[in-house]
Amino acid sequence: MSDSDSDSEFSKSWVEWFMSLKGNEFFCEVDDDYILDFFNLTGLNAEINCFQQALELITDSLEKYDENMVNQIEKSAKELYGLIHARYILTNRGLMKMQEKHRKKDFGLCLRANCYNNPLLPVGLSDTHKKAVVALYCGCCEDIYRVKQSKHKSVDGAYFGTTFPHLFYDSFPGLKSRIVDPEPSKLRYVPKIFGFKVHDIANIHRWQDKHVERENSRIAKMLENS
Amino acid sequence: MSNFYEKKPDYELSTDSSEDEEALPWITWFCTLLGHDFFCEVQEEFIDDEFNLTGLSQMVNYFTEALDIILDIDTEGSQEDKLEGDEAAMVEMSAEILYGLIHARYILTRDGLERMALKYENADFGYCPRYYCQMTRVLPCGVSDVPEIDTVRLYCPNCNDMYSCSSSRFNNIDGAFFGTTFAHLFFETFPDFLPKNSRTSAISTLGPNPIYIPKIFGFKVSEFSKTSSRMKWLRMRPQDSDSEMESDSIPASAPKNLPLPPDLNATVD
Ligand SMILES: [Zn+2]
Ligand SMILES: [Zn+2]
Repeated sequence: MSDSDSDSEFSKSWVEWFMSLKGNEFFCEVDDDYILDFFNLTGLNAEINCFQQALELITDSLEKYDENMVNQIEKSAKELYGLIHARYILTNRGLMKMQEKHRKKDFGLCLRANCYNNPLLPVGLSDTHKKAVVALYCGCCEDIYRVKQSKHKSVDGAYFGTTFPHLFYDSFPGLKSRIVDPEPSKLRYVPKIFGFKVHDIANIHRWQDKHVERENSRIAKMLENS
Repeated sequence: MSNFYEKKPDYELSTDSSEDEEALPWITWFCTLLGHDFFCEVQEEFIDDEFNLTGLSQMVNYFTEALDIILDIDTEGSQEDKLEGDEAAMVEMSAEILYGLIHARYILTRDGLERMALKYENADFGYCPRYYCQMTRVLPCGVSDVPEIDTVRLYCPNCNDMYSCSSSRFNNIDGAFFGTTFAHLFFETFPDFLPKNSRTSAISTLGPNPIYIPKIFGFKVSEFSKTSSRMKWLRMRPQDSDSEMESDSIPASAPKNLPLPPDLNATVD
């Protein structure tokens, strides 16, 4: 792949090499047998140039290729791996691997003060690649954040997808830090000037309190009826 | 409001020679230290006015010596020579705390607010990490006005929320050096800095400021599910209705021109 391959580099599989690249810290390692099951790749050949060679490169079985195409094949292999990854992390095995990364806080912590360092999960804003950079989802405030480090600003959000963090919390509901019967005042920052609430913001908060009350009773009623 | 934008800081940063560095006034030197990016330079006239320091002598050890350090008052042959190594370090620490507490008061004055406005214009305090705040500039704020309670935090005027600093170099900066009031007094004083619609109107899909809606395979997570979204209210404003917020849209200013795929040769180590 590159002229400077040392012995250890050489013995690395393509996936191992890909995982070791700077900026790819959010990815988990997709199992070989997942990639080799052609059913899992349905439709991807239409998305990726040089699909066949890219797939062979990922699975370390690329033998015959046009020297002029090396860069294109590499590029395609990275895109293909990303799109396979987005599907893989929705499987049980993939969710388990991502759970381990979540436990190690590999995706960073929510910076919102009232989220008290809740660990984040990667999320895409689109499932189509080349649309938007990866973002981070917080299960505590249920909002999304920009990635902090510039090395992650070239990672495509579609390699994680729009579904992943929500399926994750569906699969591991215990990991979702939610305060039961949330009382808005405890989860919210209240701006003050010399100890007095800021008028316009206090109005918004009062409205939010009423909204939560209304929503809670509506949901309770619907649960009763069902 | 435009005249103070043109004001430039009345000093030049000297980076090369150490001789120049020694000639820097203490306040200028202090504000250039790593992690002190958020501080503005307090005018000496403000510090010279004893009224502005009311009560601080009880809060800071070595008050007089610390004040002399801040104002570069040469106590030749007297105080400084007598101080042993440990004590000199403690006086230096007191000077930093005293400066921080004076700073918290100064940035509530017209002069201080204007100096901070200059830094705000310049995005010296960084941007809101929230995706849909679309790089709204933030201001430093404190959870407490009492020192040694909490580090400095950041206030976003778009989501009206408070965040930690993403860079660790601010981990040791006390929030009380900016205080609880400053960020909000700032926007009362300069309402033009408030993002449009941040206080009163609704957020809608058509507007610039959507709310994130979690979806599984394209479907909204059921509100009866254990993991359903229950925090949407946090980002909602009066006049919002659920139907208005349905959104798949990526905001117009979202990073669209992804450098994707990354250049192959650049990423191979
Ligand atoms: Zn959060
Ligand atoms: Zn914000």
